[in-house]
Amino acid sequence: MLVTGAESVLVQGLTGRQGSFWGVRMAESGTRVVAGSSPGRGGRDVDGVPVYNTVAEAALQHQIDATVMFVPAMLARDAALEAIAAGVKKIVLLAEHVPYHDTMVIMAEAKDAGTQVLGPNTAGLVVPDVASLGIMPAFAKNIFRPGRVGVVSRSGSLGTLICLNLVSAGYGQSAFIGIGGDPILGTTTADAVRELDQHEGTDAIVLVGEIGGGMEEEAADYIAGMSKPVIAFIAGRSAPPETRMGHAGAIVTGDKGSGASKVKALTTAGATVVDVPSQIGEALRAAAASG
Amino acid sequence: MNLLEHLGKRLLRDGGIATPQGTLAVTPQECAVAAAQLGPRVVLKCQVPVGRRGKSGGIRFASSPAQARAEAGQLLGSIVGGFKVEDLLVEERIDIARELYAAVLNDPVSKGPLLVFSTDGGMDIEEVNKTSPEKVLRAMVDIRHGLDLAAAADLLSGTDLTDRQRGSVAEALVRLYDIYRAVDAELVEVNPLVLTAQGAVVALDAKISLDPGATPRHKDSIRRLVAHLPDTATELVRQARELGLALIELDGSVGVLANGAGLTMSTLDAVSYYGGKPANFLEIGGDAYTKATPALRLVLANPRVRSLVVNFCGAFARTDVMAEGVVDAIEELRPSIPIFFCIHGTGEEEAVRLVRERLQIKPFDLMDDAVKAAVAAAGRCPTEVA
Repeated sequence: MLVTGAESVLVQGLTGRQGSFWGVRMAESGTRVVAGSSPGRGGRDVDGVPVYNTVAEAALQHQIDATVMFVPAMLARDAALEAIAAGVKKIVLLAEHVPYHDTMVIMAEAKDAGTQVLGPNTAGLVVPDVASLGIMPAFAKNIFRPGRVGVVSRSGSLGTLICLNLVSAGYGQSAFIGIGGDPILGTTTADAVRELDQHEGTDAIVLVGEIGGGMEEEAADYIAGMSKPVIAFIAGRSAPPETRMGHAGAIVTGDKGSGASKVKALTTAGATVVDVPSQIGEALRAAAASG
Repeated sequence: MNLLEHLGKRLLRDGGIATPQGTLAVTPQECAVAAAQLGPRVVLKCQVPVGRRGKSGGIRFASSPAQARAEAGQLLGSIVGGFKVEDLLVEERIDIARELYAAVLNDPVSKGPLLVFSTDGGMDIEEVNKTSPEKVLRAMVDIRHGLDLAAAADLLSGTDLTDRQRGSVAEALVRLYDIYRAVDAELVEVNPLVLTAQGAVVALDAKISLDPGATPRHKDSIRRLVAHLPDTATELVRQARELGLALIELDGSVGVLANGAGLTMSTLDAVSYYGGKPANFLEIGGDAYTKATPALRLVLANPRVRSLVVNFCGAFARTDVMAEGVVDAIEELRPSIPIFFCIHGTGEEEAVRLVRERLQIKPFDLMDDAVKAAVAAAGRCPTEVA
């Protein structure tokens, strides 16, 4: 999922503690936050942004292109279905611990409606100086600045570190796409890489993966046919097998999903895999020199 | 959360899938009594939450109560797959005509439930999947509509099962799917699902994994099952769990506290990359970012820790809140080990100021430098030889 900054954005759960805090941060980062929704809180406003009881009510008064959901995990399914039914085409689903069956119901509905979903369990999307949809520190100048490197990351905290390293090395970002840490995601690593590959403002891609699952291997299949350079970092390579490292998706069973399997797939596909995040700048320079 | 076989089988029976007659036994004498009632031919199955029990000697057969007693004597208290055997499921032996494989699982590729079936069930299903993948049939299910009998029968249409077998197996698949949905499972796997000589469909095993995220809506039934999960946790892990934190104890000497799973894993990786060994995995990302004080207490409670890296990269998690928690814990505990910080992101300025003013420590700008310093410090004070 990418944004141009022209989108009108709804914040579901805008009156909550996190919703109100991040709603203001998102607006400061350039996002056109036009409305909020919170059941039973219609008629209020948060920092001048009007709040409605439902997404449908908000959609009657405003064009809604995207929604950022600050909704508890157990309510995420209904909130997402509400947004899809109201015709919203981009959903950023931040909540962690959304029941997987609920995620699958959301994905089935979203697919039929042609709605893009980022998450669940994501930190969101940032286009520096243009828009931020989520909970990334888009306002921090040492972490985000406009540029031509697209970043795809499962993790928000590690994504932040990677973006910091990029800026320190003299690079800026065309976009940061946080895809989320769950095993079942609306936007996969391969989906995000494909979108950045087709994005004119992106010259190179930094892929931040993790052990567990098969998404990095799947992305490698696509990367093999790409001409833009890809630099990858895989977190958890030192983790003991069969151990779940915080993210529900980060578990290694047998050989599948191991760091070694991912590194091999990405290297074979032509990507440069770095051992620590601080090597990314150097790897980008080397890739530009050889390309 | 993987359920033990006997609990998984309870869920199967509740959902209308037949399982062998059986009973749980904890002593050789109870096994002998069970064999007398169910047998004389019985199978003894150790109840540990790992796969491949058959291959690791955790499943034994007996043809008399005396033999059941003897086999149980060997199994009980032994270690299978890293777990101590405390319970045995004693079951009647079934006359197997054919071993099948059936599973329903969450599929990240289709983003929906996936039904998997094979007529080549049994202990070698993984080998079958590798060498003859065409023998493992798959069908995607639209979670909004569920699995109906016609779709299940359709999946079986290419198999060599008889019409009658196909009908009863299709029915069993629909029930398996309904159980998967009802309990919010990540996986329901029956291997083998057998056809008996009499044509009945019976689940000889049950591997059910539940979604921890869904437990809030299964207050009674599922929580009772989860309470039966074997607890091998140490005291520290237990304390962490009570705080809602997932602590993993590792055998190194560099303590790590970071926020977010990805950043924490990367910090551990960096410790290894620069020649050290991490002592733990503990992250306080997401809603847990307010728990820095108790989290640091847990890290420092490990006597092997010789140095500490605190690595924060705030997005949602505010580094000023986390740093304050860490500083409070350090002022309270006054640890003698050296501590190295790296702090960036949301709340950075305030966080750095707190650490500098209250601890007189200057955070490193680069994670690598903080990690290198911690690895070097841990090396200077080697862990005691046990």
